[in-house]
Amino acid sequence: VRALVLGLVAAAACGGVPGAMPGTPVKLTLVAYSTPREPFETIFTAFQKTPEGRDTTFSESYGASGDQSRAVEAGLPADVVAFALEPDMTRLVKDGLVARDWNADQYRGFVTDSVVVLAVRRGNPKRIRTWDDLLKPGVQVITPNPFTSGGARWNVLAAYAAMSAGGRDDAAGLAYLNRLFQHVSVQDTSARNSLLTFADGKGDVLISYENEAIFARHHGQSLDFVVPDGDILIENPVAVTTTTRDPEEARAFLDFLRTPASQRVLSDAGYRPVVSGVARGGEFEAPANLYTIEDLGGWTSANKRFFDPETGVLVDVERRLGVATRS
Amino acid sequence: MTSATSDLFEVEGRSARAGRWLAASRRVGTGLGVGMATLYLSLIVLIPLGAVVLRANEHGLAGFWRAITTPETAAALTLTVAASLIVVAVDVVMGTLIAWVLVRDRFPGQRIVDTLIDLPFALPTIVAGLVLLTLYGPGSPVGIDLAYQQAGVVVALLFVTLPFVVRTVQPVLLELDREMEQAAASLGAGPVTIFRRIVLPNLLPAVAAGAALSFARSISEFGSTVLISGNLPFKTQVAAVHIFGRIESDDIQGAAAESTVLLVVALLALVGLDLVQRWAARRG
Repeated sequence: VRALVLGLVAAAACGGVPGAMPGTPVKLTLVAYSTPREPFETIFTAFQKTPEGRDTTFSESYGASGDQSRAVEAGLPADVVAFALEPDMTRLVKDGLVARDWNADQYRGFVTDSVVVLAVRRGNPKRIRTWDDLLKPGVQVITPNPFTSGGARWNVLAAYAAMSAGGRDDAAGLAYLNRLFQHVSVQDTSARNSLLTFADGKGDVLISYENEAIFARHHGQSLDFVVPDGDILIENPVAVTTTTRDPEEARAFLDFLRTPASQRVLSDAGYRPVVSGVARGGEFEAPANLYTIEDLGGWTSANKRFFDPETGVLVDVERRLGVATRS
Repeated sequence: MTSATSDLFEVEGRSARAGRWLAASRRVGTGLGVGMATLYLSLIVLIPLGAVVLRANEHGLAGFWRAITTPETAAALTLTVAASLIVVAVDVVMGTLIAWVLVRDRFPGQRIVDTLIDLPFALPTIVAGLVLLTLYGPGSPVGIDLAYQQAGVVVALLFVTLPFVVRTVQPVLLELDREMEQAAASLGAGPVTIFRRIVLPNLLPAVAAGAALSFARSISEFGSTVLISGNLPFKTQVAAVHIFGRIESDDIQGAAAESTVLLVVALLALVGLDLVQRWAARRG
């Protein structure tokens, strides 16, 4: 069957037929981070009902965003890639596996947005409303370790951005991070593991992404969540690889992801849509101050400053904490 | 005469040639075996391990040293080795005891227990970690909360390493000649003396082999510890999880350097326990 597919693709290519010839089966391989699996599968089915997508089948691989990106870098074949954060895409741009202009479209390469939220026990017994509330005596906070979880970097940057007014008051932001981590009782390796820890009864507040909190609710977890006043805009990138044999179909699928119908599916799963007019009134609460990664100098600079394994701000935060726990 | 002699020579020559051929083919056979074993070991073990060590040194010895001496790394390595030593000590005592009970005692359900021993190997370790977290975590149905503490790490390691000592000691115990013990008893030795002078020396090589496997497994364990440890740097973060974090942070050289330290520690332990085995075997 594979040989047949290849043969047909080759025949189509030799014939110079533009676009997908009717009846020419195409298989797109999607390599993605794990969270959007369910909405993506719904969208695949919908895509296959369109004229552009009716001959397309999908092969999917899901995993931690950083691991997936490194796998593609190491040679895992992919036609379309979807990641939790931009640096995982940038890694592939450096290797020429994703075109330099991947973010040149009107959505700047993103397919979904989200924000960082403070998930709390049902009824919010500790009355958590703001970032400052996390520092109240006796409040235990769960957030993944930003060195083991790329996604958890959003959490740290959201707290920093909120408390430093988007980086303008750097000292206040850093002071807050130091105090915050004194309240962090578990630093799991990933967002999903943190959710497990919280579900198991540990901690009062879970710093999470809005879509994860909504996902947890859909799956029967009894939790509430608060969108803090100051927050950061989480943006999830998607792109077609340069190694794809079916660029047109892959491109068509990417466009399909930005149709109102697909964006509706993603919104139902808890993501904020990138296409305006999709979100229903009151569906997603807008934070009073929503900062972006650009306010903090962009990912390259923020990663270097905060998360460099030797000189990053968070190394310093963890070390002070380590000294404190030991003495 | 001349022709007869030449015939004789001919025959002798032929048989000598055949003998040489046989010897040569035996040599080729041995050579083939050794060659295949070496090639296989190289492809599967030696070259990958070599690549790790090479990668660890890609920024030179200074880079290697810098990577393994950060406070987090030192803390993670110390915790890992200390926890593994505790685990090995418990495994040696409890593993020998379990093997003894399984071989020497008869009790209902013995066969089932014997089969269950290997289950920790079959269970994906991340599942083991999840089960332990549910049982001995904050929501513990039995009221024991070890999660996010160093004790939790030790318990997770005990779970995954249980089979090693049991399974290395068990067959030796089965083969052990009970007449030796009976002879000792008839000469007036008490049970403690018999165990110390007869049984233990015979078991020691097997115990040492099991301990070596337990230790090597403990220092590299990731899956079962990742959830129950809570991954707190300086407190509960074991080396394998810290190495994982370095990979996630694109510090591959640092990850390789820290792994190299684990390899060296494991090598030292294996060589040390091998010496114990030889020493015990000589005495036995």
